[in-house]
Amino acid sequence: MLRHLATSALLALALLLPLPSQAQALEIDIVGGNAAALPITVVPMPYLGTQVAPDVDVAAIIAANLNRSGQFRTLPLANLVERPVRGTDIQFPTWRVLRQDFIVVGRVLDAPDGGFRVEYELFDVAKQERLLGLAMTGRARGLRDVAHQISDQIYERILGVRGAFWTRIAYVTATGRGDDMQFALMVADADGANPQTVVRSREPLLSPAWSPDGRRLAYVSFERGNSTIYIQELATGARELIASFRGINGAPSFSPDGTRLAMTLSRSGNPDIYVMDLATRALTPVTRHFGIDTEAVWTPDGQSLIFTSDRAGRPQLYQVPVSGGEPVRLTFEGDHNAKASVSFDGKKIAMAQGRRNVYRIAVLDRSRATPVWQTLSPGNLDESPSFAPNASMLLYATKEGGRGVLYAVSADARVRQRLVLTDGDVREPAWSPFRQR
Amino acid sequence: MNNTVRLALVAACAIVLSACARQVREEPQPAPVAQVAAPAAPAVADGRFGPQDLDTNPCLMQRTVLFDFDMATIRPEFQAIMACHARYLQDRPEARVTLEGHADERGSREYNLALGERRGNAVMGALQAAGGSAGQLTVVSFGEERPTCTASTESCWQQNRRVEIVYTAR
Repeated sequence: MLRHLATSALLALALLLPLPSQAQALEIDIVGGNAAALPITVVPMPYLGTQVAPDVDVAAIIAANLNRSGQFRTLPLANLVERPVRGTDIQFPTWRVLRQDFIVVGRVLDAPDGGFRVEYELFDVAKQERLLGLAMTGRARGLRDVAHQISDQIYERILGVRGAFWTRIAYVTATGRGDDMQFALMVADADGANPQTVVRSREPLLSPAWSPDGRRLAYVSFERGNSTIYIQELATGARELIASFRGINGAPSFSPDGTRLAMTLSRSGNPDIYVMDLATRALTPVTRHFGIDTEAVWTPDGQSLIFTSDRAGRPQLYQVPVSGGEPVRLTFEGDHNAKASVSFDGKKIAMAQGRRNVYRIAVLDRSRATPVWQTLSPGNLDESPSFAPNASMLLYATKEGGRGVLYAVSADARVRQRLVLTDGDVREPAWSPFRQR
Repeated sequence: MNNTVRLALVAACAIVLSACARQVREEPQPAPVAQVAAPAAPAVADGRFGPQDLDTNPCLMQRTVLFDFDMATIRPEFQAIMACHARYLQDRPEARVTLEGHADERGSREYNLALGERRGNAVMGALQAAGGSAGQLTVVSFGEERPTCTASTESCWQQNRRVEIVYTAR
């Protein structure tokens, strides 16, 4: 097993040259705003230590995160009349006049071991009450992560929902044309910073899927001339060939406990859903139907799979117990429903929905007595929805100006951001699970 | 242009001319301008296809089968080319064909991977029904990943909904 892993790793290095950080960054522009957003001031946090100041602006990252969520609107720096550094410096009447609900103050100090210590406080302006007073330490390289974690703490303290700023996104890029096309599977911070190449290829790459611990990605690669499934360890680049049967090997999806992988295989003659035990490699068929069954994803309890099937004519979503059984159809709206993404609590299913040639992202909320539908995107070629781990936002892919771009949209559809590459297409987004310290 | 190159060009033209003459009509060959080895080519006289027919026979030269949106049924205008390719496979037992299935960009990528395979399978079925042998045929699907054009128009989408008949061995 180890030798096989080592061989695969060498093969990956030899053939595909995964290279860190030579990638172009994703640019993010905010497209829509939310009039009901909570006004919050994030005051710049000065460096008060004696070493070289960090080049990361922690307060700016926190403000950008809160704005991108659509739930907050931060006061522009130009309107900051005072710059308090700690709670005792805050003149609350100033901020009430500026109609702020909340204010965040902080400072960056030296940590004893050579890194930095960020101390911050969150206040409710009207009540003049301190809601949070915390410190976090990190090395210079890890200060962006510290800013994202502080953003999560602020978000959760005010909204009562766990923040998802300290997360990552995986996506596929395609540059060039025809025989010169280059594909890359990338991982970046959720705000688009720090793009890292996971694998590069001259053949198509698709369907990245995160393991629940965020350490591995499963994906489909055509490097062998046909679709095959790999699992790659992100920290080391080591990867294993998981499925290369005759026909299609596609749509990998990790179970919530990380021990199994659902996948689409057409080795039996037509595409069906299988589950593979990753320790033993034993394959268990879950669906058997002459139609196309694909894109299986797990419900959070690990007991069922939701998948796309055209057994009724056009693609629709179905649910089936992992142990097998008769699939139950879930979608009866639109001509075409595919590529489900399930929220962390199992209540919502996002999908690409086609209606008379317009494809949009729709969300089915099945936690109510009668299911509620919501359309989150304008179309025409929207696809590949992926929920953030707190389901407050989702990423999807679309085509604009002749090339592939990504959008992040808030769950209430009020705020959208576009994520574009300077050169080339970006597609197939996958939002990581919550990160672990 | 020096003499060696001139001679090589003339030799190349002679090869092409003499090859064409042999296949299109039964005509005496033009006298070769230079001493060049004739390219190996089986005679057409017994009515069986030979590898050079892949480049000259109008039916065999058609290698793309187009499909309707979300469908994998072979349209009547493409049924015709199934016959000549099937016959080629019968005449050339060493020939091997990969049927590459594709889809247009609408719909999810994994579903389109499956749709491309379904189209490839449809062509494989039609070739077998016309006399081709399964052992000579392989189906590979690229879904929407290898488009021939990228405009979001009906005409480009039609061009992408295709199966390519690729001879990996003639």
